[in-house]
Amino acid sequence: MEIKVLGTGCKKCQVLESQVRRVVEALDRKDINITKVEDIKDIMSYNILSTPALVINEKVKVFGRIPSSDEITRWIKEI
Amino acid sequence: MINSIFVWLNDQLLKMTWLERSVNNFLSQILGIDIDTLLFKSLSFFIYDVIKIFLLLAVLIFIASYIQSFFSPDRTRKILGKLKGVPANTVGALLGTVTPFCSCSSIPIFIGFTKAGLPVGVTFSFLISSPLVDLASVVLLASIFNWKIAIAYVIVGLIIAIVGGTLISIFKMDRYIEDFVKESIQNQSGKVDFDDYKMTKKERYNYAIYQVKEIISKVWLFVLIGVGIGAVIHGFIPQTWIETILGNNNPFSVFIATIIGIPMYADIFGTLPIAEALVLKGVGIGTVLAFMMAVTALSLPSMIMIKRVVKPKLFYMFVGIVTVGILIMGYLFNAFGGFLL
Repeated sequence: MEIKVLGTGCKKCQVLESQVRRVVEALDRKDINITKVEDIKDIMSYNILSTPALVINEKVKVFGRIPSSDEITRWIKEI
Repeated sequence: MINSIFVWLNDQLLKMTWLERSVNNFLSQILGIDIDTLLFKSLSFFIYDVIKIFLLLAVLIFIASYIQSFFSPDRTRKILGKLKGVPANTVGALLGTVTPFCSCSSIPIFIGFTKAGLPVGVTFSFLISSPLVDLASVVLLASIFNWKIAIAYVIVGLIIAIVGGTLISIFKMDRYIEDFVKESIQNQSGKVDFDDYKMTKKERYNYAIYQVKEIISKVWLFVLIGVGIGAVIHGFIPQTWIETILGNNNPFSVFIATIIGIPMYADIFGTLPIAEALVLKGVGIGTVLAFMMAVTALSLPSMIMIKRVVKPKLFYMFVGIVTVGILIMGYLFNAFGGFLL
């Protein structure tokens, strides 16, 4: 599974990234690959309107706010 | 009757007259500082303002964020896509006041709106009003000055945003966006591959609480510095100095206030205490509003962001329109705004 955190480096983006890492660690899913996308052109290819954003398997799950750990866990388990 | 209840609520909740009294009692009776000294005036101003602003901020940001959670940028874009001309600019400016937004998101918003086919002028109406007018700052203005000034500030802020965006449309400034933005528009459709997700009540609550922590952790220093400068102005700088530079007798007062304010990066919450102290020292209301608007509407970080997505011609037009708008507003308020105080 591929998880991407989109953000230009604002504080919320860093918070989201560490939150995702915590959730994945707690689930003990070694098959999940987490990457941070910081280039504005790459970010905009997902057509989001505000950062940060969370993309799971190339699908935008949320943008503009930081989802709770429960939400992230749910999204990961859905796939 | 209703009026007197409103005045009482306004005094207790917004102006917090009880707090001012307690602070003054504490300083004079417990610490034994003489009421007539400059030290007393500065300390009283500082302590009272810091407590008041942080109390109000926490409550207001919570309420504003809860409301904002209903207005996602995506929704704003959908609403604006249905409108044309000046109504689109007007709604853009209005939505700018309630859509959650931070300057780090101005590039995605700009590209996203443009991709969806919105005219650049409408996007600028949104981008101008967004930092300038927001719910929390309006109530704080009412708390520090009064409701008439708060409402006047909102109306003027919206007018600058609407007129600015409309002018950008009239001069067909759509041509002057950066090439990489144009490419990204041509390459993909503007549709977000995104499940339109409705937040639950609990998530809205959590979001609002998160925003309170986030914004206060971001602005507390600005507020302290702002109140500190305000306290120094209030207690130590002679009135005649300030009147000479920023008083209504100096025809350049509004101009000076605006030019000083533009590069400054501070939240509106940090500028309010400075504005408060200046008004108490006899500076015209137009001059003070011009300073506040210049600080919030134009700041170096936000200008750097915007400069990355538009070409110099449009960038300078944006800065020029906003500056001229603030100047006109300031002089008009100084000339005709006396009834507001």
